[in-house]
Amino acid sequence: MMLYANISWRFLRVWWRNVVVYRRVWKVNFLIPLFEPAFYLLAFGIGFRNLVGNVGYAGLTLSYTEFIAPALIATAVMWNSFFETTYSSFVRAFYQKTFDAMIATPLSLEEIILAEVIWGATKSAAAAAIMLVVLCPLGYVALPSGLLIIPLAFLGGIAFGAIGMWFTGIVPSIDMFNLPIFLFLTPLFLFSGTFFPVGALPAWAQKTSLAFPLYHVVELCRLFSLGRMEAMPLLSIGYLLIFAVVFLAVAIRAMRRRLIV
Amino acid sequence: MTAVVEATHLKKRYGRFTAVAGVSFNVMAGECYGLLGPNGAGKTSIIRMMYGFSPVSAGRMRIFGLDIERDWRQIRARIGVCQQDNTLDPDLSVADNLAVFAGYFSLPAARARARAEELLRLFALEKKRTAKVMQLSGGLAKRLMVARSLINEPELLILDEPTTGLDPQSRHLLWEKLRALRKQGVTLVLTTHYMEEAAYLCDRLMILDYGKVLVEGTPQSLIKQYAGESAIEIEGVDEALRKYLIENRIEHDVLDQRIIVYAEDSVAEDLRRNFCMERCTFRTPTLEDVFLHLTGRELRE
Ligand SMILES: Nc1ncnc2c1ncn2[C@@H]1O[C@H](COP(=O)(O)OP(=O)(O)OP(=O)(O)O)[C@@H](O)[C@H]1O
Ligand SMILES: [Mg+2]
Repeated sequence: MMLYANISWRFLRVWWRNVVVYRRVWKVNFLIPLFEPAFYLLAFGIGFRNLVGNVGYAGLTLSYTEFIAPALIATAVMWNSFFETTYSSFVRAFYQKTFDAMIATPLSLEEIILAEVIWGATKSAAAAAIMLVVLCPLGYVALPSGLLIIPLAFLGGIAFGAIGMWFTGIVPSIDMFNLPIFLFLTPLFLFSGTFFPVGALPAWAQKTSLAFPLYHVVELCRLFSLGRMEAMPLLSIGYLLIFAVVFLAVAIRAMRRRLIV
Repeated sequence: MTAVVEATHLKKRYGRFTAVAGVSFNVMAGECYGLLGPNGAGKTSIIRMMYGFSPVSAGRMRIFGLDIERDWRQIRARIGVCQQDNTLDPDLSVADNLAVFAGYFSLPAARARARAEELLRLFALEKKRTAKVMQLSGGLAKRLMVARSLINEPELLILDEPTTGLDPQSRHLLWEKLRALRKQGVTLVLTTHYMEEAAYLCDRLMILDYGKVLVEGTPQSLIKQYAGESAIEIEGVDEALRKYLIENRIEHDVLDQRIIVYAEDSVAEDLRRNFCMERCTFRTPTLEDVFLHLTGRELRE
């Protein structure tokens, strides 16, 4: 792929810039992944306990909270990197002209865009790690296999961050992000085996889920938390890898078209 | 002398619109070269092609003998760019703006800090070290922009309107810094709308309009060639005077209320005797006269 020719390790300098900025605000931001799973588990654990019985998943019988806990990490992975490379990157690229300044240095546009996506993935991985701090002691995520969720979150973060960056390259204005969120992220959030097992759905719906990147992140999170998953692990990892590489290229192309005149 | 910048038949098109229509110029090592022209003349477009932001539509841009399209990374490591717009990083403090930017050039962290401190001192920004960029006044932000463009100790410094919005103090500070840099052998390319600044700083300059070069030369030679030895401003637009000027082929501009004549001293004497009915002002012509004479007085979009 031609687009990857302009990429060197120098991209880490842009990633580092985001770290420097984040160091000022992390104290507030890390509370979200810490409390979010706690809220969800409390709500579903207490509120749903009497409505929903046990859930049959990949041959296991799970309580509803056991079933959704790993999926909560997966959805956090999606939201974290997607929001970073949409709203935040959009502001940096077009309002703050941060990328314009960078392009006057030995950085390539490809490195800048890659760094943004990798930064989104970093936030996803950090959020996942913080959620593990809550979920492991409560027994929802088995150790040590649960630690594999962190690199998985990074990979998933690249996939969702790349999609977000692609939208950043094509949306006419920042308010228009509502559209991809409504048309793309919300359906993924609801229909990727997050809140109910895909195995219980009709065959066509199961096949559709297989095309959803979030489904694979959810599945792999369950594998690392519970030791079982419905889909095939290597297929899911392969899907995410290909998805990330392809959409990164698509995103870089869209941003190049938009930024370089 | 070697040419640091070699632009040949350079063109820039934005869709159907041609912003730069075949411009050629060379900038020699150690020289200060000015790009002048009214709003929209194409100065920024040329500059964006110099550092490889904007692809060249036609022609060629070579810097340090390297082609910008191919060797952009090597070139950018050796140049400093101060863009026309404020592109400072609003998420970072003043000092971090410099230090993080140094990282983009792969300066090691300790070296980056030291260089940042040095530049803060040089541009009298030490007191603002921890300030947010948003809190800086327009002039201070511009100063920081210039400071940042020096972070990698560039051999070629490209400045797009570096003094726009600066107060006289800051402008003079910057002029001194730029002259000092030139003395150290740094090559400078700058755009400005202030003609005294161009005349003071530039060894050579070009005046552009509608993407084409009108004239090129040293400020003195351009003044001499296009504005003569004297500029005479005569109040009132007198028909006899106009006829005299046209018949004798004397360079002049007719304004609403005045005529400005650019002439040799002998003609000036003639005018003083025969045409100074109301008020006449005799003065030394400036680059501003040349600029207005060549580019006209209409406003640009
Ligand atoms: N990205 C762009 N897309 C379309 N047209 C552009 C673009 N950038 C500049 N132009 C047009 O190209 C012409 C030259 O613009 P440029 O910014 O190079 O002028 P300039 O000489 O720097 O003007 P100023 O003194 O106002 O800074 C203008 O007519 C401008 O409208
Ligand atoms: Mg300009």
